[in-house]
Amino acid sequence: MEARIRARVNLALTFFALLFFVAGSSPPRQFVISNAERRIDLSSHIINVHLTLKVENAGTRPASEVVLALTPTEVDHLAMVDASAIKGKRKKTTSLRLEVKPTELPDAPPIDTKYFTIYLANPLNSGESTTLEVLYVFTHFLEPFPAEIAQSESQLVFYHDTALILSSYHIKQQTTFIKTPSTKVESFIRMEPTNRVGTEIKYGPYEDRPPYSISPIHVHFENNSPFAVVEELVQEIEISHWGNIQVTEHYKLIHAGARHKGVFSRVDYQSRQSSNGASSFRYLLARLPPRVHSVYYRDEIGNISSSHLRTDSLKSELQIEPRYPLFGGWKATFVIGYGLPLQDFLFESSDDKRYLNFTFGCPLIGMVVDKLTIKVVLPEGSTDPSPVVPFPVEHHLEAKYSSLDVVGRTVVVLEKKNFVPMHNSHFQVYYSFKPIFMLAESLMLASAFFMLFVACVAYIHIDLSIRK
Amino acid sequence: MSNSSTSDLLKPFKLKTKQQELLIRVSILCLVYILAFITRLFSVLRYESMIHEFDPYFNYRTTLYLTQHGFYDFWNWFDYESWYPLGRIVGGTLYPGLMVTAALIYRLLHFLRFAVHIREVCVLTAPFFASNTTLVAYFFGKEIWDSGAGLVAAILIAVCPGYISRSVAGSYDNEGVAIFALLFTFYLFVKAVNKGSLAWGLASAFGYFYMVSAWGGYVFIINLIPLYVLVLLITGRYSMRLYVAYNCMYILGMLLAMQIRFVGFQHVQSGEHMAAMGVFFLMQVFYFLDWVKHMLSDTKLFQEFLSITVTCAVAAGGIALGVGAASGYISPWTGRFYSLLDPTYAKDHIPIIASVSEHQPTAWSSFMFDFHILLFLFPAGLYFCFKRLSDATIFIVMYGLTSMYFAGVMVRLILVATPAVCLISAIAVSATVKNLTVLLRSKNKVAQIGSTKGTSSAKASSKASLDQSQPFQKNGAMALLFGAFYLLSRYATHCTWVTSEAYSSPSIVLAARGAHGNRVIFDDYREAYFWLRQNTPPDAKVMSWWDYGYQITAMGNRTVIVDNNTWNNTHIATVGRAMSSYEDEAYEIIRSLDVDYVLVVFGGVTGYSSDDINKFLWMVRIGGGVFPVIKEPDYLVNGEYRVDKGAAPKMLNCLMYKLSYYRFGEMMPEYGKPPGYDRARGVEIGNKDIKLEHLEEAFTTSNWIVRIYKVKPPNNRW
Repeated sequence: MEARIRARVNLALTFFALLFFVAGSSPPRQFVISNAERRIDLSSHIINVHLTLKVENAGTRPASEVVLALTPTEVDHLAMVDASAIKGKRKKTTSLRLEVKPTELPDAPPIDTKYFTIYLANPLNSGESTTLEVLYVFTHFLEPFPAEIAQSESQLVFYHDTALILSSYHIKQQTTFIKTPSTKVESFIRMEPTNRVGTEIKYGPYEDRPPYSISPIHVHFENNSPFAVVEELVQEIEISHWGNIQVTEHYKLIHAGARHKGVFSRVDYQSRQSSNGASSFRYLLARLPPRVHSVYYRDEIGNISSSHLRTDSLKSELQIEPRYPLFGGWKATFVIGYGLPLQDFLFESSDDKRYLNFTFGCPLIGMVVDKLTIKVVLPEGSTDPSPVVPFPVEHHLEAKYSSLDVVGRTVVVLEKKNFVPMHNSHFQVYYSFKPIFMLAESLMLASAFFMLFVACVAYIHIDLSIRK
Repeated sequence: MSNSSTSDLLKPFKLKTKQQELLIRVSILCLVYILAFITRLFSVLRYESMIHEFDPYFNYRTTLYLTQHGFYDFWNWFDYESWYPLGRIVGGTLYPGLMVTAALIYRLLHFLRFAVHIREVCVLTAPFFASNTTLVAYFFGKEIWDSGAGLVAAILIAVCPGYISRSVAGSYDNEGVAIFALLFTFYLFVKAVNKGSLAWGLASAFGYFYMVSAWGGYVFIINLIPLYVLVLLITGRYSMRLYVAYNCMYILGMLLAMQIRFVGFQHVQSGEHMAAMGVFFLMQVFYFLDWVKHMLSDTKLFQEFLSITVTCAVAAGGIALGVGAASGYISPWTGRFYSLLDPTYAKDHIPIIASVSEHQPTAWSSFMFDFHILLFLFPAGLYFCFKRLSDATIFIVMYGLTSMYFAGVMVRLILVATPAVCLISAIAVSATVKNLTVLLRSKNKVAQIGSTKGTSSAKASSKASLDQSQPFQKNGAMALLFGAFYLLSRYATHCTWVTSEAYSSPSIVLAARGAHGNRVIFDDYREAYFWLRQNTPPDAKVMSWWDYGYQITAMGNRTVIVDNNTWNNTHIATVGRAMSSYEDEAYEIIRSLDVDYVLVVFGGVTGYSSDDINKFLWMVRIGGGVFPVIKEPDYLVNGEYRVDKGAAPKMLNCLMYKLSYYRFGEMMPEYGKPPGYDRARGVEIGNKDIKLEHLEEAFTTSNWIVRIYKVKPPNNRW
């Protein structure tokens, strides 16, 4: 409902913006970026862009809202945006996380642009400047080219961007560094001054660029890191007040890189591993909480025997191997399940409620999760659940019937799209539970057996024959 | 009431002998019940809770369908995923008893709020029914001999390898419930004959109905029972009880069995069921004659009447049978039935039956393996039965003898003989042990009486007289008793060993010992099937030899050309022909069948011997049986089947050879042997330079056990 209203408002706003653009009203461009440095890391299929901006208030009034601009394609692939203010100099810097929200600007710029607003902690007075660090994380942004490769070929991908940082502010000086995973770069578009050293391509420095100036570039390079994407992950956390938390994770994994073409030859794959299947992957590593027990790894047709579990007091590592190596476009579905001690994750809050404190995330390392669903199954008889998650998620309630359930268990379902490892953080689910409900099932079983014995005794002692 | 209960409470531990006996009997039965279940769980502990082998995968798949879509959809299911492009009407071509049973158990558990997966239910169905069989064996033993024999029978059948082979956890096959149904039907029928009551007859009819719904082996019941009735008639044991029991069981059982679509009207139309009908009419004639004899006082007149009636009846029956057979109303005996009566029939006429290893005639060793001491106890039990002939013992003797014959004809029919062998052996054990203990006890009693009397002379004299009559009787009895217990304990050890070593392997996952004694697992089948499931188009058609059809549809979820149902010999022969042709000719066949992938099983790297190259002669034979283009001698050299350099040229270039050994020549499977050394057959292969023109390697599992090839589209013409 809220989203719909917002959409309507947006529509109205753009309409007004169009109207006023003709009238030639200029936006309040109070800020000027005196120095911008961008570092783009292309070493895996998750792209990290670190943007360091030195922002100066060139206006007359104090202002606290800095606007970031992104192209619509970038926004489509954006998994997260994070901003922090840097205080102090040199080594004694401290960073302070700032709030970032998507916004619409009333003035329509010459090109189609989406905006995010950073809300500064303290308004910046006229003439003052501050340093901001922004992290963008993009997924599914590298385009494999050629789109289909054979077993012996390595994977080449395109990265599209602009050499000049898209911004709604005037940028006095800017530099962009692009880091490729290896020195094998097929081609890249130059825009002088451009310099390539080792695995790094440097664009800039460019001086005094007006707002919304762009210069499209692309880099065509080799990237053989596993493009492992979980299309869908359903994680079910079942709380039992008898002392156990059972976690079941259903994965739909796909190799999202260049598609495999033609023959898969086992003899080549086994004997010439260095030159064969460079972009494929065999192993995955899952980091599980410590004191994990009863771990299993299986799929629809049974147990998968190729997994190893290493545990120590701080963490548990589960190395799993899908049934077959994954080449581009190949899929695998599987389930990982494990039990955890209750006391590590369930606590009592001050207002006589209980809460589960668990990691919101995917235990597999370096995974992009297109759709992450977390289902917290509360014990039967628990009431008013409320989740607390550090970032916006969709949530709703369900009911689940497990063994010996009569009224069903309340399930809190949390859904997040385009999830990257940087999102990993703790979340809480608060709920009320009366301990008497713990006894319900055992009492039920006991009474059922009691009834059975009573029935047996009755049957033996009652004479049912017709003839006397 | 209250008085008696308080007095019971006061002396709770003082049980009467009868109560003691009951308590011991019930606790032994409970233990046997549990033992029968847990001894079948080896495979779950060694491997995992999974479905075994080939046919169970089809049963599992249909059960899954039944639980997901409901009974009516299951009944009307047209399965287009098998026998492409023909399809299969599943509801009309299977025995639904097993699936319905499992689905009912599943529903019941869910109704009781136990959230179990249908797979676990399927895996544990066979052990559960094996446990129930022990109970039936107890009651059956009690019916034909005494409760002691019943207990021994329950224990023997609980661990008998002949039965365990088809009822371990995961062996989700018709036989799992059918043996229970078979024994239960027999028990109810014998009970009905003994009691002569309609209620038991009715119960046996329902037992028969369950058996018909569960397994094609019901034909054994419908032939054995008439035979038994006939024997009773001939031996002059005809009684009203028999008349009631048989008529009720036959009429109701037949009507009920017609409700199973796969069986349909066979009870009145098929040659295999005619014996039962003939005996039914014979029985009416017998009854009629009995009545006439009762009415007529003149014996001479009766003799004449008898001869006329018998001639008429036989003539009428003969004419009816002749007309029925000639007009085609009564179908002749099927090949399977013939092959039971004549063990050499299948080898000459139906290669597809002969190709299955479990249809081979039984070797002595496997009798010993499956029955162990029961093999020696069986004749002893027969002796005891003949010594105390009754309607019930005659039945068990006939059941034992006929099923032993069938067990000799086909390995898999050992299963049918097992309950009879266990029961008859139980009679032997029980009777022997009972006689021996009676001897021991009576002597002790005499001795005790002597001692209480206190007169040493009397004691000495009695002892002396006893010793004189049967010297070393006590010692002999003791020795025999110990011998019996030793044998029985050997039996228990043997059964456990056989179960754990031979019958608890799922055959989907192969386990071997590595060089350092560690356990190595070859999970290649599931690797390949899961690859098919995930990485091929959902409508892809897979061609393989029929053995793997059920597994591909169940685990790979892809359409297959032929599967283990083997209902269409021509279709299978077409696949056999494709496998044994040159690649160009095979490609034509493959294209005509619209095949996308070809799957072969190859054991050359691991030394896995039941692979397609070893089964290949059967493909040639079955293919050649329908298409004379394929000639078996072309693949043999001097009557010998080989794959090395000396192999026949046709062999070296046929599709199966090429697909199995493609690029195997570059591989060094064993240290110290040349490349291309086939470990399953222990030779270096004859054709190392294999080029494929119309197919390409799509996937090979990590141990090369399953190899999948993609069929290329035809070349562009210019």
